[in-house]
Amino acid sequence: MDGVMLSRIQFAANISFHILFPAITIALGWILLFLKLRFNATRDEAWMDAYKFWVKVFALSFAMGVVSGVTMSFQFGTNWPGYMERVGNIAGPLLAYEVITAFFLEATFLAVMLFGYGRVPDRLHTLATFLVALGTTMSAFWILVLNSWMQTPAGFEIRDGVAHATDWAAIILNPSMPYRVTHMLLASGLTASFLVAGLSAFRWLRGDDSPGVLRAMRVGVFVAATLIPLQILAGDMHGLNTLHHQPQKVAAMEGIWETERGAGLRLFAWPDDAGRRNRFEVEIPRLGSLILTHSWDGEIRGLNEFEGQHPPVLPVFLAFRVMVGVGVLMLLVSWWAALSFWRRGRVSRPAAWALAAMTFSGWVATLAGWYTTEIGRQPWLVTGILRTGEAAGPVPAGTVATSLAAYLAVYAFLLLAYLGTLLHLARRPALTGPDAPGEPKRPGLPAAATLVPGE
Amino acid sequence: MDTLPEGAWLPMVFAGLMGLAMLLYAVLDGFDLGVGILLRAVPEEEQRDRMIHSIGPFWDANETWLVLGVGLLLVAFPLAHGMILTALYIPVLLMLVGLIARGVAFEFRTKAPESQKPRWDLAFQGGSLLAGFSQGWMLGAYILGFAPGWGAFVFALLCGAFVCSGYALIGASWLVWRTEGALQERAVRWARIALILTGIGVVAVSLATPFASPRIMERWFAFPEILGLAPIPVATGALFLVVFLSLRHLPRRDHALDWVPFAATAGIFILCFQGLAYSFWPYVVPDRLTIFEAASAPESLLIILVGVLVVLPVILAYTVLVWRWFGGKAQALKYY
Ligand code: HDD
Ligand code: HEM
Ligand code: HEM
Repeated sequence: MDGVMLSRIQFAANISFHILFPAITIALGWILLFLKLRFNATRDEAWMDAYKFWVKVFALSFAMGVVSGVTMSFQFGTNWPGYMERVGNIAGPLLAYEVITAFFLEATFLAVMLFGYGRVPDRLHTLATFLVALGTTMSAFWILVLNSWMQTPAGFEIRDGVAHATDWAAIILNPSMPYRVTHMLLASGLTASFLVAGLSAFRWLRGDDSPGVLRAMRVGVFVAATLIPLQILAGDMHGLNTLHHQPQKVAAMEGIWETERGAGLRLFAWPDDAGRRNRFEVEIPRLGSLILTHSWDGEIRGLNEFEGQHPPVLPVFLAFRVMVGVGVLMLLVSWWAALSFWRRGRVSRPAAWALAAMTFSGWVATLAGWYTTEIGRQPWLVTGILRTGEAAGPVPAGTVATSLAAYLAVYAFLLLAYLGTLLHLARRPALTGPDAPGEPKRPGLPAAATLVPGE
Repeated sequence: MDTLPEGAWLPMVFAGLMGLAMLLYAVLDGFDLGVGILLRAVPEEEQRDRMIHSIGPFWDANETWLVLGVGLLLVAFPLAHGMILTALYIPVLLMLVGLIARGVAFEFRTKAPESQKPRWDLAFQGGSLLAGFSQGWMLGAYILGFAPGWGAFVFALLCGAFVCSGYALIGASWLVWRTEGALQERAVRWARIALILTGIGVVAVSLATPFASPRIMERWFAFPEILGLAPIPVATGALFLVVFLSLRHLPRRDHALDWVPFAATAGIFILCFQGLAYSFWPYVVPDRLTIFEAASAPESLLIILVGVLVVLPVILAYTVLVWRWFGGKAQALKYY
């Protein structure tokens, strides 16, 4: 394998690992703010219990997000020097704004959020929770502006082969930005709410029916049930937007080789890139055109019109189906659980099992969605401006292979440690009462379970 | 440089901002990496917890200065960013692995099962050491202009060791300031040892730098510049003396002077940084690329500058606030 390919794999591995944690923290911050506000309003300890549990998960996920994010910020220089040389005038300011408006905010107020309770006035603690949530959301906003600009560039001109900004409003409000930001924020909402609902369901199934656990499960289920229809709608609109700006990507997502009117919806197929056709196709006639163009006989341009200019079809096609499939499952499970909460005031055991099984479904859908987007943009790194191969650096393949192996080993280990620790936290009995964590240790519990010093 | 190119002020401002971010990083993350390096010098878990509590509220924001420094290099001097980071590929990788280990160990050591705690402490210390060491390695390689060969490599490794001792010094001084009792006494002892090692390091690097490049030699030892520059080494020496003397009289019962070693060490860091900046000006890649050649387009720099000028004061203001809320001797950190 050559250095470029290895660099691509390394970048993909790093960002895939990184995104797992922001996907949780962006929305979990807002859920925590909600729990805190409910507690402020009702003074009901169950809300605070839920807050105390989830703030730990937040802190852990946040730390994982920060360390992998710091790694990300070096990837551009170490592996893609050509990227900054060509489009640095645009990517640079966007990244800089992310650092100064978002990272410092969240990193500084995180301390107050995690350790400030009881040390600073209560209002300030609530404010810090808000600022951290705002900070994570702003990080997501800026980086998504950059990513969207790479997909659908606007507001620039090329002088001497280098992109120069001409209109910052057009750069920031580039055509795919609103869709991508909305869809990603909703994805984070779903990732966090399924995590909250799933892990709480797991605790409940293990016999912990303290009010804090039930409260969190309920919040998770209702948030998920509200967001998933919005997400499907947003995804549909996102698709229309992509059809307009990157038709070859949509053709790959749908596995459409020949330009057709009234194209069918491929439920399943195995696109064969070499033979330029699909195997094992199962399709519903006309539905594809209906969904993508909102008309029964709308035209969809096929891949053959873009020969040599379109992404590899198989991974894009499959990743897209995984995302949509998980989305449909999310709809079924969250509504089922919401209905049983609504009708009986509690969740049924089978629904709780389903929730527990779906704990990490948000990760699967988010990764699949990003793979659709990013692989679907190949062979371009910045659509129409910069090809991926042109951006790679001079680092020898052997060196990249070494670093890739190192990152993979570290990440695999950390992922296991993270999951193991979540499981460990979830298995510990919930602590109830106004000042449970400060109480004398309960017999049989390790010290850290009752007295949890921060970070 | 006698005559500056036109429009030179923007790259200069950005070089200054980048330098400021890197300096703040070295001082701020320096002390928490230093505490990490010292962590396992105490066997008692309870004291280790206290060491960690003293840095818990700060480390994340401290590390963000690195992101800003590298970010400014990336955005203001993209050509240099690519050259430097590809040349330093391996130490950057090691540093990142170290920062990852250290950053996650903060959380895991309190949240993973109790039986794993010693292993996370090891990761914490190992990560801090690895990060400090590879930063020193990068510094050494940078000073020699990324020269190849074994001599350069050994020099870089030596710099790695010196930076670790510098971090240990500022970390121990931090503990002298922020802790009390037996831990503080220990910190005073650690600081004394680290002070000696750091002193050797500063002298070695100061001597080696001029020999690495005739340009630097000329710059430092030319007359009359040498008269204007003499204050830098003199003041550095004076600050070493301040740390040394204050450590002899600490800990004191009234705790009034606990902050002195930390402040003086930070002063040493600042002066060393000054010296390096003077040596390399106006190059961003030593002897190869000046900040003027490497700068990005002025319109992009301007738009960042506006943001930085508006936001940096706000960041500094809330940083000061949070420091005040978490001021004083370290208390046990609990979520509640
Ligand atoms: C919980 C996560 C999640 C769920 C349930 C869905 N998506 Fe999604 N999708 C994402 C998470 C995501 C994402 C990871 O957030 C992406 C990648 C880039 C982006 O902005 O959003 C994405 C991208 C993405 C794209 C963009 C391709 C591109 O132009 O780059 C389309 C067309 C859709 N999605 C469509 C859908 C549809 C029709 C869904 C209906 C079920 C759906 N998504 C569910
Ligand atoms: C929003 C910020 C993002 C930016 C600026 C960004 C940028 C890039 C860059 C520079 C590359 C390397 C060039 C290439 O191989 O195409 C890349 C590739 C890739 N990225 Fe992203 N990315 C972002 C988000 C993500 C996320 C969140 C994921 C996944 C979870 C992701 C998955 C991938 C994958 C799988 C590739 C490899 C595609 C391929 O080489 O075929 N990206 N992206
Ligand atoms: C190439 C792309 C990326 C780079 C260079 C990058 C860089 C970073 C860095 C340096 C941090 C740590 C900030 C700190 O010190 O507090 C971070 C955290 C974060 N990043 Fe990324 N990131 C990238 C992609 C993404 C993507 C695709 C998203 C989400 C859509 C995202 C969202 C966040 C969030 C919300 C945080 C806050 C910390 C957390 O919640 O874990 N980033 N990122």
